[in-house]
Amino acid sequence: MTAVLPVSADPTARPQEDAKPGRWRRMPPKAKVGAILLGLFVLIAIIGPLIAPYDPSYGNPSPALSLHAPYAAHLLGTTQSGQDVLSQLLVGIRLTLELAFLVGVVATAVAVIVGVTAAFLGGVWDEVLSLFTNVFLVIPALPLLIILLGYLQTKGQTATIVVLAALGWPWGARVIRAQTLAIRNRDFVAASQETGEKTWRVIAYEIVPNEVSLIAASFVNTVLYAIGASVALAFIGVANLNSWSLGTMLYWAQSQQALELGAWWWFVPPGVAVALMGTGLVLLNTGIDELGNPRLRNATSASRIAGRWLRPADPTPVLAEVSQRRGKVAGFLHSFSRSSLLDETEGGRP
Amino acid sequence: MLFILRRLVFYLVTAWVALTINFFIPRLMPGNAVQSIMSKFPNLQPSAYQALEAMLGVGHPGSIWHQYTAYVVDVFHFNFGTDVTEYPAQVSTLLGESIPWTVALVGTATVIAFVIGTGLGIAAGWRHGGALDRVLPGLMTLQAIPYFFFALILIELFAVRLHVFPIGQGYAEGQVPGWNWSFIGSAVYHSLLPALTIILTSIAGWMLQMRNVMITTVGEDYVIAAQAKGLPSHRVVFTYAARNAILPQLQGFGLAIGFVVSGALVMEIVFSYPGIGLLLLNAVTSNDYPLMQAIFLVITFAVLLANMVVDLIIVFVDPRARAGEVAR
Repeated sequence: MTAVLPVSADPTARPQEDAKPGRWRRMPPKAKVGAILLGLFVLIAIIGPLIAPYDPSYGNPSPALSLHAPYAAHLLGTTQSGQDVLSQLLVGIRLTLELAFLVGVVATAVAVIVGVTAAFLGGVWDEVLSLFTNVFLVIPALPLLIILLGYLQTKGQTATIVVLAALGWPWGARVIRAQTLAIRNRDFVAASQETGEKTWRVIAYEIVPNEVSLIAASFVNTVLYAIGASVALAFIGVANLNSWSLGTMLYWAQSQQALELGAWWWFVPPGVAVALMGTGLVLLNTGIDELGNPRLRNATSASRIAGRWLRPADPTPVLAEVSQRRGKVAGFLHSFSRSSLLDETEGGRP
Repeated sequence: MLFILRRLVFYLVTAWVALTINFFIPRLMPGNAVQSIMSKFPNLQPSAYQALEAMLGVGHPGSIWHQYTAYVVDVFHFNFGTDVTEYPAQVSTLLGESIPWTVALVGTATVIAFVIGTGLGIAAGWRHGGALDRVLPGLMTLQAIPYFFFALILIELFAVRLHVFPIGQGYAEGQVPGWNWSFIGSAVYHSLLPALTIILTSIAGWMLQMRNVMITTVGEDYVIAAQAKGLPSHRVVFTYAARNAILPQLQGFGLAIGFVVSGALVMEIVFSYPGIGLLLLNAVTSNDYPLMQAIFLVITFAVLLANMVVDLIIVFVDPRARAGEVAR
């Protein structure tokens, strides 16, 4: 420890330290609410099983405790077989979040690889990968998920994660590809290519860092999808029904007619938990958007044109620029896609 | 018309991919599906064993290529084999009974939600920051609620508590399906609450997207020019701004149909609505693989068909598509 601390050798160090608390204050209120809500659920996921008052599978045989309304000993009441709803909820949130998080990581990784590769390599690569992405976007995911998981007799957590991730990447890939197309032609990328950087280095150090907010948003979206899909799948019984997740809780509540019996405490908590998690993710996503793109903070309007997010402040000619850069084969194949309609025509040529 | 032709090629490719996935799923999955089906349904004839083997590719009768061609030919003849749960009913018969229900309910509700959502989006985008714009976060929360949970809450409120709507089912007990007024009335009455859940949960998505594009479009020079000319505002809104803003919206509609259909499947299960979603659930619970796969194909083809309709509408709305300008 010396006395020269105030004068830092690195001039960037001080503002960064200042930025931390300030950034939180400057965050849009929507994002704050989202982050707090989500943080709460992550906390529950971590400590939930530890603080659960009962074993979620233990059914109290006493008939008085079957379908008991909430009271001091069972804060969220009991199920038909005398299980503690609060314990199930605390354990279930972990399983659901864990699954959704892993699906998000895997699917986002695939989306980044496919999206960046397609846009950066361009040409035939781009068109083949884009076609692949578009095909999987159009094929309805849920029925395919149901069939795949129906066949996988084990129905373990791993199978669900793999299948959900395998069908959850196309949206992200599409958005990331569009963003990469826009970044690829910037001067700093050309500069690093001119200095002889290897392609993977350009991608990893020049392209991907510029897409962090987009990748984060895509991750959040995928987590949202994974929560929705896994809960829906468990609800209709395509899951490991011996484990406790929010989906299986709803499955048991529905199959044992919680609603008809008027046991709202059994049924409402898992549903509300899913809804709150979803709301938190949606709010966080808008926040990430606004944080990563300063233009959005004032004009929050963004629109997707030709597969790209455009803001009012963006220069318009980018569209024509990108479409002109397609090769002959690529241009021909691109004209099959619906977004080709929105391309600018060159020089007013019909 | 070149645009439509090119899109047609894309749909053919997608249909082929779906078909191929469907073909390979049972052949790549671990375990012997035929054995498990046979042990579950003792009333199946031995002849069904061979049929199932051929259908699911277990036991490998003939080369993969031979199986594949036979399978494709079967699909084109709507021959999805014999159903194992309701043996000896044909899978195609079961599908034929449930498809009309789903198409009538989900189709109508989706179109209504799209029209209302887009309309609200136009209004919210035109008056950016207005009252309609400010209720949007609330609507987005509504979207975060899982479909089926929302549906169950509505059933509890309107059917169980208030007795305004019936609890699930496609028509009242004792009614015989047919083209008579009492049956149609009963069917419509039973479809109101399911339709309402679809509309309420999907409206916010359409509204948000339309609003965002609308805000961008309203700032365009040609819209300002139209206003400066002193055109009546309804003309500026609909003929100048909305007409252009709706193009990305229509594209989004095509892509979102798959999601809407998926949600609607679960909704049908909640309402015990006799459509294809309920059929899929029954197929899953009874390990009825041939039926499951046929349903997947039917849903995929329906989504592709809906996408083609959207393309036709785009051609109608967008003069660039009509003129074939995209063809280079």
